Amino acid sequence: MGFFLETLFGGLMVGMLYSLIAIGFVLIYKASGVFNFAQGAMVLFAALAMARFAEWFPLWFGFESLLLANILAFIAAMAVMIVVAWLIERLALSKLVNQEGITLLMATLGIAYFLDGVGQTIFGNDIYKIDVGMPKEPLMVLEGTFPGGLLLSQEDLAAAAVSAALVVVLAIFFQKTATGRALRAVADDHQAAQSIGIPLSRIWVIVWSVAGFSALVAGIIWGSKLGVQFSLSLVALKALPVVILGGLTSIPGAIIGGLLIGVGEKLSEIYLGPMLGGGIEIWFAYVLALVFLLVRPQGLFGEKIIDRV
Amino acid sequence: MFYRENGQFKSSYRADQQIFPIAQDRIAILVLLLVAFVVVPMGVSDYWMRAILTPFLILSLAALGLNILVGYCGQISLGTGAFMAVGAYAAYNFQVRIDGMPLIASLLLGGLCATVIGVLFGIPSLRIKGLYLAVATLAAQFFTDWAFLRIQWFTNNSSSGSVSVAGLNVFGVPIESPVQKYLFCLIFVVVFALLAKNLVRSAIGREWMAMRDMDVAAAVIGIRPVYAKLTAFAVSSFIVGVAGALWGFIHLGAWEPAAFSIDRSFQLLFMVIIGGLGSIMGSFFGAAFIVLLPLFLNQLPGWLGFSISTALASHLETMIFGALIVFFLIVEPHGLARLWSTAKEKLRLWPFPH
Repeated sequence: MGFFLETLFGGLMVGMLYSLIAIGFVLIYKASGVFNFAQGAMVLFAALAMARFAEWFPLWFGFESLLLANILAFIAAMAVMIVVAWLIERLALSKLVNQEGITLLMATLGIAYFLDGVGQTIFGNDIYKIDVGMPKEPLMVLEGTFPGGLLLSQEDLAAAAVSAALVVVLAIFFQKTATGRALRAVADDHQAAQSIGIPLSRIWVIVWSVAGFSALVAGIIWGSKLGVQFSLSLVALKALPVVILGGLTSIPGAIIGGLLIGVGEKLSEIYLGPMLGGGIEIWFAYVLALVFLLVRPQGLFGEKIIDRV
Repeated sequence: MFYRENGQFKSSYRADQQIFPIAQDRIAILVLLLVAFVVVPMGVSDYWMRAILTPFLILSLAALGLNILVGYCGQISLGTGAFMAVGAYAAYNFQVRIDGMPLIASLLLGGLCATVIGVLFGIPSLRIKGLYLAVATLAAQFFTDWAFLRIQWFTNNSSSGSVSVAGLNVFGVPIESPVQKYLFCLIFVVVFALLAKNLVRSAIGREWMAMRDMDVAAAVIGIRPVYAKLTAFAVSSFIVGVAGALWGFIHLGAWEPAAFSIDRSFQLLFMVIIGGLGSIMGSFFGAAFIVLLPLFLNQLPGWLGFSISTALASHLETMIFGALIVFFLIVEPHGLARLWSTAKEKLRLWPFPH
């Protein structure tokens, strides 16, 4: 039982991180109808920027404090992500307005390649670490209830807390602020939003910046757990089935989908894996999403209107 | 001046419907074939033959297959590598498990196995489309990656998932030297390109294009979506599967699942986009472009008189690929093939444009 719960909990934590990346997808899709394949590249790019700035700033400006370095690096990385968002809007998206979804999807694939190349050229291609002072020691709980107790990682708990905070911030941003309302208006109807004076191009920059922000948070958490390296951009491929499962337009869907996929992946690996030869984590999420698509194409919380064949 | 169709009258439907109605095109194609079959094997070094021309031919074939699916039928696929892998491993299994299996037969049977898998993963396309389908095909990619690595039966119990073939021969002629390999691939590519060209001009090809342009309207005029989509998946994955088998058997000789990873799928999709969606010719342009660009980028710093590290070179390569994708989608969505046809249009008026 204890082992099962530990696996379950581990799955929930990984799922939380998938959700973080999936939220980036959902944000952009919600506000512009673009399926952003470059989210993974953005996560890598943001994490690289954060890791390297935190390393460089103390050298450039001659101070020691890790906290100060992290704060400055965070601000600088966020600024970089805003510039990236602006450039993407300027150079690619504004020229592809009114194109089909498939064209935009392929354009973001190109953007993903470009960002991967640029990021590694500027920031280097080794494994870097991000140290934001997350607690590393595991935590023992419920020792009385189970023999051996439950081993929880404090780092995972901190990550979950940060993710939850991010979701709350995004929800408030979307529901309560004027910009958030504008974003929702654009999502509903580009033309109507434009005709009441909402500038589409500025909205897109904002959305991509917000997606950049969530990429940065996801990158920091993944990076401090596993180090920043190229494979980080592949993690985003895991977030695709999450989005499909949860529904493309729903932030709660992204969270619940992420948790489901995280848990499903870990449990299937432990309990089904030995029967099938192991390593089924690689495809389990995809096959789950595929089966789900056949039953309910709009996902768990997606909008019912979907261009079905 | 030379590219004029004035005076070329057709007096029968047969003449009007041939693949290349303009005499200059026919001559150009004949010359091209002559060069490919006769001049190239005599005049090109073994290195070029082995490292550039053969991969170019096989990747063109795979891009051709993908183009039928993405360019002609509008079903986006990110799982091309998976279908190539199925073709390669299936052909390998036919080769090692059946004594005296002819090489060509095992390649084609490999293609047929890819067809089955392709149709299987194409079935979701009946309910979903666009980016949902992209995710469905990604499922195929990850699943085959895993299957060929973990299920030992497919690899004849090799522990690492890597397999090798040796002693290939067709009708008693060995396929050993680079020239022989090149010619073998060339024959496949020419035959398949002609078949594909004819297929997309035929009724089924028009059904695919109708499905791509507007599926509801196509269904209204009596095109069966199920039939059109699944045939596109079948034909496409057959060609891709044969290309995969050729890639494994002829180009690599020994391979492992990583040879058909997701990067290969993206690479092929890029070939199709850059070459031209919905164009047979474009598949060749795209393949040539993507095979030659890295070579060019590696040489360029040398010509300009400075050197860059290999890591930087590979980053530059991905950057340039990415930028080119976006560039082509914005500026020329029909790819290099459109430039080619524009050039032909210009040539008709040359030297007196009006």
